[in-house]
Amino acid sequence: MSKAFEKAPFLLAKADAFITWAQKNSLWPFGSGLACCAIEMIATAAARYDIARFGMELFRASPRQADLFIVAGTVTNKMAPVIRRLWEQMPDPKWSLAMGNCAIGGGPFPTYSVLQGVDKVIPVDVYVAGCPPTPQGLIHGLMILQKKIALSHPTKEILDPDARHNR
Amino acid sequence: MAFKEIDLNMGPQHPSTHGVLRLKLAVDNEVVLRVEPVLGYLHRGMEKLWENLTYTQVVPLTDRLDYLASLSNNLGYVLAVENLAGIEVPKRAQYIRVVLAELQRQASHLAWLGFMANDIGAMSILLYGFEAREDILDIFEEYCGARLTVHGIRIGGVVHDLDAALVPRIRTVLKAIPKRLRDIRALLDENRIWKGRTVGVGLITAGDAVGYGLTGPALRASGVAWDMRKDIPYSSYGDFAFDVPLGENGDVYDRYLVRLEEICQSIRIVGQALDGLPSGEFSSKVPRTLKIPPGEVFHTIEAPKGVLGFYVKSNGTDKPERVKMKSPSFINLQSLEHMCKGNLFSDVVGILGSLDIVLGEIDK
Amino acid sequence: MPGTTADRPELRRTSEALAGRFADALLSSVVEKGELAVRLRKDDLAAVLHFLKDELGFNALEDIIVLDNLCAAGEGRPRFSVLYQLCRFPGAVRVRLAVEVGENDAVASAFPVYRSADWAEREAFDMFGVRFEGHPGLRRIYMPDDFEGHPLRKDFPLAGRDGGV
Repeated sequence: MSKAFEKAPFLLAKADAFITWAQKNSLWPFGSGLACCAIEMIATAAARYDIARFGMELFRASPRQADLFIVAGTVTNKMAPVIRRLWEQMPDPKWSLAMGNCAIGGGPFPTYSVLQGVDKVIPVDVYVAGCPPTPQGLIHGLMILQKKIALSHPTKEILDPDARHNR
Repeated sequence: MAFKEIDLNMGPQHPSTHGVLRLKLAVDNEVVLRVEPVLGYLHRGMEKLWENLTYTQVVPLTDRLDYLASLSNNLGYVLAVENLAGIEVPKRAQYIRVVLAELQRQASHLAWLGFMANDIGAMSILLYGFEAREDILDIFEEYCGARLTVHGIRIGGVVHDLDAALVPRIRTVLKAIPKRLRDIRALLDENRIWKGRTVGVGLITAGDAVGYGLTGPALRASGVAWDMRKDIPYSSYGDFAFDVPLGENGDVYDRYLVRLEEICQSIRIVGQALDGLPSGEFSSKVPRTLKIPPGEVFHTIEAPKGVLGFYVKSNGTDKPERVKMKSPSFINLQSLEHMCKGNLFSDVVGILGSLDIVLGEIDK
Repeated sequence: MPGTTADRPELRRTSEALAGRFADALLSSVVEKGELAVRLRKDDLAAVLHFLKDELGFNALEDIIVLDNLCAAGEGRPRFSVLYQLCRFPGAVRVRLAVEVGENDAVASAFPVYRSADWAEREAFDMFGVRFEGHPGLRRIYMPDDFEGHPLRKDFPLAGRDGGV
């Protein structure tokens, strides 16, 4: 079947555009609020900065129901296996956003118990710098993620499951 | 029903544990038998890190302890260092510190209110509380550029002078907050569901509370009048007239009422501080590399969560020998098991919310 | 801040009461910076804590602080100093007790006297390796159970030993 569709790239491109439009406008964040950045993440979801305009107001508590893993805060060595397990529990397609300097590279804590960057345990799509990033900064990161999603090819992953790992 | 003990794990990833806290519950059908908190999921090694930084470099890291009340942490640490080094803080700086610390107390209590109400199910209060908090964070942003990890109180004074243009804006915010509180109280105070979930839940008597080392609004809700701002006034708190609200029963509902009343008293304090703001310097001259001769001091303040203490030991160099933080949430959390025993396990969330803990402070 | 650095009469009274009861047990007793700092031998700790709580009314153990005297330990001094920060409310009168504990020694737990010592002693054990006899369940509190080493000791490196996860 995939051979037949390869002869119709126009259809695939249109399907891609439709699917990515739906995905990027209805991301359901899994708010893994670990530390200070979590408060700014909640402020982004609150009334003034209103993440609901982007379709992301539905913060899910369970990873099984979410598709965007926002790692907001310091990841310690004790918490790292938990983060990995939560990431693996999330169903495909999923994206992740490292919010704040601690999630990007350990932040101001070069210590014995802090993981120097969450990208050591999960793949990260967008890095939002700041300590903590302001709500405007987080929204900017989310919009960059939306652009990244718009450039992806979900039909390729549907038709060829192995391509998922090369995203 | 036959007795059957079930072990439940709550956290470390859970929407209502206020951070990465893990609770191991043992329940009999729905009644809680044992609660064992497991900590350390946010242990960042702050105390070890502080031994490798200068006294001035430690101040921004204290922001990250109780991240809902950064200025209080700053104040606790700098007061200890100033005590140790013998640095005199100008009167104007002390008044500005009071204004900042009390605004921070209001912001912290509003955030607590939003989280606790959200945990119990009243989701709109989260949005109301955060909207009220945004007004205060706007003031902080205009004062020094940061909303959350403010670092506005430095060794010797404060970071900037209080601009004459900022004072009327603060007064406007102070007038707006009681209106929002009236809205929130109209929704919650006499609400049958709210009272059903909070009255008589999580009881702790005054004697037990003192025995567990509880401090802050959770202790005052049991009727014990301990407030560091009154017991050992620091930073000119003795100049201001305010009441310390006390509860009677020591349940979740009383802790809720005590914190709401504290916001109103805090507004009184800020008004008085702005009215009587003296002229003068906003900071005393502190050398760039602050070297403190050997000595030790333990200093406490009344942070929004309880009594926050810093023990600082100096050894003559520009780096502290040891800085230990006495964390109010760490000690308050020890009484969680006592409060939860005998209650339904769905009350654990409400009781944990009423304790007002912050994991950054507990795990350091 | 004159209120916190001035001498206070309650501190002198406490100091005299302690000296009256435990004359030979106290190694030193100093009032400075608004606090009473008392050094004593670790064997006398339990008796002094009971006395302060039951008879002098010090109803709060605010904190237990451990200092690593690694630099000074070579001169025959025990490795750790354990400080107990006690307070009497209302009025906030403060006393700091200091005992010295060797690296492989143990000190009596304060838990039978003050319940708030529970987690403070677990933290001292976790971070320094100081053992408290009589504690109902002395185990690590911050680091994972299989962690090796005691992080706040002066000879433990800041970035840790095994590179983390």
